Amino acid sequence: MGLLEAIVLSVIAASTPLLLAASGELLVERAGVLNLGVEGMMIMGAACGFAGAYLTDSTLLGTLAGILAGMLMAAVFAALTLGLAVNQVATGLALTIFGLGLSGLIGAGFVGQKITPAPQLFIPVLTDLPVIGRILFGQDAFVYASIVLVAGIWWFLYATRPGLVLRATGDNHGSAHALGYPVLRLRALAVLFGGACAGLAGAYLSLAYTPFFIAGMTAGRGWIALALVVFASWRPGRLVAGAYLFGAVTILQLHAQGAGLGIPPQLMSSLPYLATIIVLVIISRVRGTAGSAAPASLGLAFVPDR
Amino acid sequence: MRKFTLAAALLLALGTQAPAQEKLKVGYIYVGPIGDFGWSYQHNLGREAVVKALGDKVETTYLENVSEGPDAERSIEQLARSGHKLIFTTSFGFMDATVKVAKKYPNLFFEHATGYKREKNLATYSGRFYEGRYIQGVIAAKMSKSGVMGYIGSVPIPEVISGINATMLGAQTINPNIKVKIIWVGEWFNPGKEADAAKALIDQGADVIMQHTDSAAAVETAAKRGIPAFGQDSDMIKFGPKTQLTAIIDNWGPYYVDRTKLVLDGKWTSTDTWGGLKSKMVVMAPYTNMPADVKKLAEDTEAAIAAGTLHPFKCPVVAQDGKTVECKGGANLDDGQILGMNFYVKGVDDKVPGK
Repeated sequence: MGLLEAIVLSVIAASTPLLLAASGELLVERAGVLNLGVEGMMIMGAACGFAGAYLTDSTLLGTLAGILAGMLMAAVFAALTLGLAVNQVATGLALTIFGLGLSGLIGAGFVGQKITPAPQLFIPVLTDLPVIGRILFGQDAFVYASIVLVAGIWWFLYATRPGLVLRATGDNHGSAHALGYPVLRLRALAVLFGGACAGLAGAYLSLAYTPFFIAGMTAGRGWIALALVVFASWRPGRLVAGAYLFGAVTILQLHAQGAGLGIPPQLMSSLPYLATIIVLVIISRVRGTAGSAAPASLGLAFVPDR
Repeated sequence: MRKFTLAAALLLALGTQAPAQEKLKVGYIYVGPIGDFGWSYQHNLGREAVVKALGDKVETTYLENVSEGPDAERSIEQLARSGHKLIFTTSFGFMDATVKVAKKYPNLFFEHATGYKREKNLATYSGRFYEGRYIQGVIAAKMSKSGVMGYIGSVPIPEVISGINATMLGAQTINPNIKVKIIWVGEWFNPGKEADAAKALIDQGADVIMQHTDSAAAVETAAKRGIPAFGQDSDMIKFGPKTQLTAIIDNWGPYYVDRTKLVLDGKWTSTDTWGGLKSKMVVMAPYTNMPADVKKLAEDTEAAIAAGTLHPFKCPVVAQDGKTVECKGGANLDDGQILGMNFYVKGVDDKVPGK
């Protein structure tokens, strides 16, 4: 295996959890809800996904358990912020802290246990192709799922009527409501979907990336996913580019150190965040008006008049 | 951000209830989760040893996942106020917070791991982990075919740098041309990133992996790639039954029991303890997955260090720039030089970050 191929494989693996979690959050924010609880939903997905896979000895059932855990967390968030119109920022932060604690409790009995890692695709001939074989045809199901997921979200948002309504809800919930669209129900579904994606991302970490569970193992990836949505200016296409850029910088800085290039590792580690800021500045300069890329109703509570 | 797990909160709640008899309350502050299977896990084993040995006389409380910021002081003070007479703070970054709280509560006893600031009621303790690193260097040089070791660093503090140097000095006794590739992940605990670093090192030709970070991710990654590796802080054999060569185990139990007994007997004094293989504060996991001659060599090296006939930093120690380091300890570098080490020895083809 050549070094380039190895690097590309590592980059894809590092980018996938970010892409999974961020694409769910993108849809949520497009519906006008800001859920800062991605990290909490993700770690719950990791804990429950691992527990599920360990108890049933099935990667698929484990993944489903992870998705379900993310959705349950999201349901709590939806009940509070949509049902009771509680502040979204505070609820999201609470959800993250809650998730980190609860996952530690749930996962405590599973720490140090081993499972069979998620299998990687193998197609004779195709997977054996030099360089591109492993990269295109030798990944685990999560990687393909992340691509299908983001393509599906793109199609949903831009090519379907419900997607149009969802975007309208995010941009002006008052008007959407006046036109008779069920704003809260749409948002609740979006939040649940976001939870499922975050749970899936967490399950990827504990089932495929490092196939074991340890408390706090998401290590801030949920926050990076949130930053990615902003980085992508709420567009699925840019989200893919952003996720792979973040993954690439993370991996390349490790390789640069190993190769002894003499670049300070502290600087390298901060590069993804520096890149986010630069992109934000460029976007706002090009558009002329800062922040206009965000859905206009993002983070605002909606209480329908009777 | 406040990371305070439910379990810890519950335990604290239980711990603050009025005890039936006057038991000595002992508190512990951990930087990571007790389930990290590394640093904090080992400190918690030490706490469990105290409960086992003195369970009828003491009552213990721990707070896990306490970050090394302003949160630390609040957490330590919380233990001090809730009647804990002896408090262990178990990470370097808790140093200033511990000093502050210790000054505020002169009648309580404090113990800080891996730090260097002491008070009348604040003792320090740490392990001579570099002794184990030296043995790992010897084993790694024997096991490596490519002559390149992969080393995952957390943050470039003297403890980690002296570990890299000790590894290199041990390895050079076997192969004078041995090379080490170093990757800093910049954190103590980030399993995904530790795994990525291990992958990068292996992809760049390292064929034996060692780490100075807190999780088992590197061992697990090496196992997946079929490359030998070392565990860190605790025995990580179950993450790589065919991978782990040995591991440096932090064995805090005996020290914690001793210190707690001293408080019970009213004989506690502020001391500075730096225990190694000899006092068994540092213990090596069984030597596995290596040929018999390498195992023998490792055992002999361990015995020599424990007996004091071999010192990992015996003079002359030559720094990276070719200059011989001043020998302050007679036949070897003195403890101050090891505790403050901020240079690489000759043969390390890299730069200390930030220098």
